[in-house]
Amino acid sequence: MSKRKFRIYRGEQEHGELVNYETEVKEGMVVLDVIHKIQAETANDLAIRWNCKAGKCGSCSVEINGKPKLSCMTRMNEYSEDETITVTPLKTFPVIKDLVTDVSWNYTQNERIKPLKLAPAAKTEKGYVMYQKDVDRVQEFRKCIECYLCQNVCHILRDHDKKDEFIGPRFMIRVAGLEMHPLDIEDRIPELKEDYGSGMCNITRCCTTVCPEHINITDNGIIPLKERVVDRYYDPLTILWRKFFGRKKKKLPPIKK
Amino acid sequence: MLDLSEIKIIEHDVLVVGAGGAGLSAAIEASAQGASTGIVMKSLLGKAHTVMAEGGMAAALANVDERDHWKIHFRDTMRGGKFLNDWRMAELHAKMAPDRVRLLEEWGAVFDRTKNGLINQRNFGGHRYPRLAHVGDRTGLEMIRTLQDHGIHQGIQAYMECTALDLLKNEDGSVCGIVCMWRETGAFTIFKAKSIIFATGGGGKAWEVTSNSWEYTGDGYALAYEAGAELMDMEFNQFHPTGMIWPLSVKGILVTESVRGEGGLLLNSKGERFMFNYIPDRFKSETAETEEEAAKWLAGDPNAKRPPELLTRDVVARAINEEVKAGRGSKHGGAYLNIATQRSAEDIKKKLPSMYHQFKVLAELDITKEPMEVGPTCHYFMGGIKVDSNTTMTAVPGLFACGECAAGLHGANRLGGNSLSDLLVFGYLSGKNAAEYAKKTGHSDFDKEHASKIIRSATSILNREKGENPYLLHEQLEGTMQKYVGIIRTKDDLEAGIQELDKLKEASKNVKAKGASQFNPGWHEALALRNLLIVSEAVAKAALIREESRGAHTRADFPGEQADWLKYNIVISKGDNEKMLLSKLERSHPDSELERIAKSTIEDLEQEVQQERTNMNS
Repeated sequence: MSKRKFRIYRGEQEHGELVNYETEVKEGMVVLDVIHKIQAETANDLAIRWNCKAGKCGSCSVEINGKPKLSCMTRMNEYSEDETITVTPLKTFPVIKDLVTDVSWNYTQNERIKPLKLAPAAKTEKGYVMYQKDVDRVQEFRKCIECYLCQNVCHILRDHDKKDEFIGPRFMIRVAGLEMHPLDIEDRIPELKEDYGSGMCNITRCCTTVCPEHINITDNGIIPLKERVVDRYYDPLTILWRKFFGRKKKKLPPIKK
Repeated sequence: MLDLSEIKIIEHDVLVVGAGGAGLSAAIEASAQGASTGIVMKSLLGKAHTVMAEGGMAAALANVDERDHWKIHFRDTMRGGKFLNDWRMAELHAKMAPDRVRLLEEWGAVFDRTKNGLINQRNFGGHRYPRLAHVGDRTGLEMIRTLQDHGIHQGIQAYMECTALDLLKNEDGSVCGIVCMWRETGAFTIFKAKSIIFATGGGGKAWEVTSNSWEYTGDGYALAYEAGAELMDMEFNQFHPTGMIWPLSVKGILVTESVRGEGGLLLNSKGERFMFNYIPDRFKSETAETEEEAAKWLAGDPNAKRPPELLTRDVVARAINEEVKAGRGSKHGGAYLNIATQRSAEDIKKKLPSMYHQFKVLAELDITKEPMEVGPTCHYFMGGIKVDSNTTMTAVPGLFACGECAAGLHGANRLGGNSLSDLLVFGYLSGKNAAEYAKKTGHSDFDKEHASKIIRSATSILNREKGENPYLLHEQLEGTMQKYVGIIRTKDDLEAGIQELDKLKEASKNVKAKGASQFNPGWHEALALRNLLIVSEAVAKAALIREESRGAHTRADFPGEQADWLKYNIVISKGDNEKMLLSKLERSHPDSELERIAKSTIEDLEQEVQQERTNMNS
């Protein structure tokens, strides 16, 4: 057990400052534990979101010493004892108070995405038939806990603030999860190109690096989607083929009785 | 009286409070019935407690073992609940769960698959067959995300980070609205609704060692109680046998039952599989008596008996408790849970990825190589708001309840996996019935005096000069419940606990939150205290009255089940002068056919089900 030093952002978007705190840190504590301790001892109104405390809900995202992290999964022993730990809110979204930011923009992006549409023919009396190897890659995307750390580091959103042009990595993999669903028959390629801004991403993989669920956002999600857009709109052979034979239908796996 | 003209009033036909699996299911159905539907939640959408559910949802799909049938799921549920369940609810649940699970798939859930491409099912405590539809060990996330992504296209209005304070009723005593507070600004709002559905979850935050988050402050129980509804079975609090116990800062965090479902062993400090010593008579004929027999089951022999690690949660939690008391506990005072010797590292990472990750990060332990240390953690309320078995309506007209906040389905002990399916089935029924009720009623005026009183009582916490620290009061409450109203209970402890609760209740009247009203966790904590205290009092007093040990309620001074107590549920309501009234309510006789099914031997029932299938096919 030892006394450790912290600097935590207090205030709102326009008026705020880093405030110094000191508290005892016990074995096994994570940064969220420390914040709760400071809250109970000296700063009763210090605001932070949290729920599960086990990396499952994605509520407690903050920046710790400038790095975007889940505070419930960041152990204090990752830092040296004499280091002052700085905790600030996600930079990409407006601060409501202290460590709580307004992430409502993300919810409006989700609403823009065309929902799942399953092939009616694939339904049997025992439900839909899909094989594990066909759902593996969709399940990877569905591990997302919506912590928005990827949205926070995406430089299109963070540095260039182009929230009206790009839905961000979280929702690119949401689209990937729908597009690669083995039984989905909806077409989202035009929206990907025109509305969701798939061309904005230049594959710096920052989103993949910070993902606490270790989803391979860029390589398994965004790049394949970009390829689909390119195939449809920019590949001269495909364009020619479509002129003669019409649009390729999504192929569905066979149903085994 | 306050000037209410500044307060925003929002109208809906149906208002749902709580946005976990039950609330979202209810809202989706109410909206499908054509009702204008709103849903209020304390957190952001998609963050509710359901997200933490791991193992799966139980439904007799019979995808993995074709012998499964609603009758056998029903029998398992009744036996797990020690026959104190509401018979009709257990029947509805077992019958409806398969279709609701398949519907979830239609809405986008991507479950793990069987070799034939169907929804895969896993073994779990108390379930005769592999029955839990799952996605690795993150089934709750899959459920909530599916309902969320489907729900946002159904015309439902979502109100995030909004805390419900108290219900409003009209002159006839029907519910007509609710006063809420926006957490972001601290401003108040009044929702007017023709019917209101509570899907507010449980109250596990009253204990120190708990798998529950800050949201679980029993708001639904307390608000319903204050409005005149009844609470039932509050003495039955499930302590999940396997919570993390080390390091201290993560004590209580859930370790999924799937670890045992996938073959994990429980061992004491001597390396013994102690669960063989704790098999209750009722389960003797269906449980393996030797390690060899249990090994056969793990190897996939469909006729082998189940390992004792998969006995119901109440039994396993008590066994771990006993081992620790007898001095055979693990290093930090629990039991060892070992999956490393049972499955390959690759299998473990595939089937239990979030457990692997959770231990790796929080305890610096590799579960593919070493055993975990686990111990009981407060997990779930079997009891809750008393509802009508078919419609889910409470004693207050227009107020409905579903999910963990409703009582009945689980009786004295819930089987793992029956919660997620409960949310789907009873969320749907609540939504349907609340929408139908709303069609027959109009909006009515609420009592403005009452609304002002609710708001004034909330703001007084901020306005008073000085007072008690809400965090410290909450800590004392957790300590009290842990010490006096824990897993093993006695008359003396319970009485001492009730006295402590009285003192805390007095102190809480003078609670003070520092700072302004904008996103102020201290204030939110203080507001939740009243609810936590009502819940704690209800639990302690009901536990004192029930002089027997049944399911999750264990009285050291009254060991064993008492036949006479099977006749009663303990029902709680608010009396005059703020006094809590408790009474023994005689249970109605079960439907004879249901009783026959629940009490059949497993062999007879399996034969009956097979016969039915043969007849249907010929």
